[in-house]
Amino acid sequence: MFSETIELRGHIIDSLILPKVLDQILTHGANFKITEIDVGKKRADQSFARIEVSAETSEALDELILRLRQHGAEVAKHEDAQLASAPADGVFPRDFYVTTNQQTFVRFSGKEIEVQPAMMDSAIAVDRKRGAARAVKFFDVRKGDEIVVGHQGVRVVPVQRATSRTDVFQFINTIIDADEPKSAIIRELAGELQRARASKGKIAVVVGPAIVRTGAGQHLVRLIESRYVDRLFAGNSFAAYDLERALFGTSLGISPDLAFARGGRENLVRAVNAIREAGGIAAAVQKKIVTSGIMHACIQHNVDIVLTGSIRDEGPIPGVTTDAIEAQKVMREKLTDVTHALLLATLQHSLAVASMLGPTVKTVCVDIDPSAVERAVEHQPLQSIGLVTDVEPFLRELADCLSDSRVRD
Amino acid sequence: MRELLLCPPDYYGIEYEINPWMSRARGAEAALVQKQWEQLHATLSKLDCKVHLIAPQPGLPDMVFTANAGLTVGRKFIPSNFRHKERAGEQPFFAKWMEQRSYEVRWLPENLYFEGEGDALFSGDVLFCGYKFRSDIQSHRAVADILGCLAISVELVDPRFYHLDTCFCPLPDGGAFWFPTAFDEYGQRTIREHVSDVIDVSSEEATHFSCNAVVLGRDIVLPEGAPQLVTKLEDRGYRCHALPMSEFIKAGGACKCLVMFMPQREPVS
Repeated sequence: MFSETIELRGHIIDSLILPKVLDQILTHGANFKITEIDVGKKRADQSFARIEVSAETSEALDELILRLRQHGAEVAKHEDAQLASAPADGVFPRDFYVTTNQQTFVRFSGKEIEVQPAMMDSAIAVDRKRGAARAVKFFDVRKGDEIVVGHQGVRVVPVQRATSRTDVFQFINTIIDADEPKSAIIRELAGELQRARASKGKIAVVVGPAIVRTGAGQHLVRLIESRYVDRLFAGNSFAAYDLERALFGTSLGISPDLAFARGGRENLVRAVNAIREAGGIAAAVQKKIVTSGIMHACIQHNVDIVLTGSIRDEGPIPGVTTDAIEAQKVMREKLTDVTHALLLATLQHSLAVASMLGPTVKTVCVDIDPSAVERAVEHQPLQSIGLVTDVEPFLRELADCLSDSRVRD
Repeated sequence: MRELLLCPPDYYGIEYEINPWMSRARGAEAALVQKQWEQLHATLSKLDCKVHLIAPQPGLPDMVFTANAGLTVGRKFIPSNFRHKERAGEQPFFAKWMEQRSYEVRWLPENLYFEGEGDALFSGDVLFCGYKFRSDIQSHRAVADILGCLAISVELVDPRFYHLDTCFCPLPDGGAFWFPTAFDEYGQRTIREHVSDVIDVSSEEATHFSCNAVVLGRDIVLPEGAPQLVTKLEDRGYRCHALPMSEFIKAGGACKCLVMFMPQREPVS
């Protein structure tokens, strides 16, 4: 929302100018908030009102303000944001403004500019020539870049609860504990994913190795085959376990089909070697070395696989981004158009992705650890649901719902 | 005794077009102009008032419409800031004339358009001010500051009735006659709330500039062509003097436009 503060002075109550201005704001599809009002006490005393007017677009706001000026509205003078130069590459000036993931505007040269993208825990760099403001991370700042300091001239617009449709994100508590029923919620989520797919939303799944190890991979494959996954975010080990299972029937040496089997890491390392030898996951699928599993389904159905690595990883498998800063950049880029995110059984990746999501992305976090769920959903307080549960029954039920007609639309 | 300022129509004519009534193709007949103005002057002179004349100036044909010269309250005179450059030249002549007669001239900021008594009429203690076509609403606030009175701004929405005095005429008993649809709905509501007895003028009679009337106590001097209004006013005990004004209506003015009160009222206490 774009907004401007206007001021009205004079005999605005007796003349009905105040109600006229407020009516005009509403009839033009804009909103107002009276931030200050001082009504004259004696007959000849003039009154004063300060009103924050907000509209969907900058153009609509300008046109409305132009109309309101005819009725005496004056645009309030605002202070520009204060800027300071970055003292060195990768260092913000002291007292830099730290962003949230909410929509943010900064004012300079008397005009408000939206900060792009909405990214938390960043600074705001202002490019005066281009009239642009962007959220920047440490690695992105260069000595001399102009950075917003202090809070003056910065305005944050928190995401509002949607009023147009009551969906599962709005009528339940944020977190469903382990001892609460989940079937109804999962059905609602299935409906939400169907609507997302129908409206060309982008669904990202962020997945941890437990999915493979618990045998839930087959349910995720069903989601992929039904085109409910556009992008898959995971670490090297998730891919390695899945490929091990595809190649040897085990993950970390254990076959999910055998109740008491115990294995070692040998199959895992051999699987990684096989993929390295094949030249990567896609190549292994094309050469029919890998013929099943989640990675296979992703390649077959053109799901974007975003793999990023960590210190413990074996390999890595070709295609895994191992540089942490580079990985952040890649993940951010792959998340820009995501509308729905399923964070499934991975604390590290879930937290990383959750911190990069825009404020309007609808997020579902599933983990057996309540504290992991709590930490992941706190970034999207009005747009997220957490389920404390083993991921296997969750994915099984979700895939079942999406594959039959039990989903309520 | 009320004092009025008039300007003889020596240089009057339709020389430009700044309102929907004006058409250079339809000029005023000089002899008829003179006759109609003299008739107005004579009628007013017979009533309970003193008429002053300001010398007309060549090149300023609309100077005859003295109501737009400014607003006089007590000994304060607020000169107009004309919206159209064609009329801006009138301002110094009126200001000088008032200053020479010891009125305290109070200038408005130059960036605020204000067309004097044409857009500012008292009804009791309340100054009604029209805005949009000629005066800016911001000027009303400045006028209210100078005069220390309640100024009620009303939006004019019919370009034919571009000044407040073309569609609203307060009466000394607290009532008024008006053409309601010249105002937006908020203006109509405001006037109804503040004026005790409003007499609606029909569209037909309003286009004869019937609201553009000079009220002197119980006497009302108005353009001819409004028999229904005259009856309503006479029923309320007013004496109506209907005059031919055809040549001035061609420029978008009539009786009231040709007169400025000096003052319109005494200071609001």
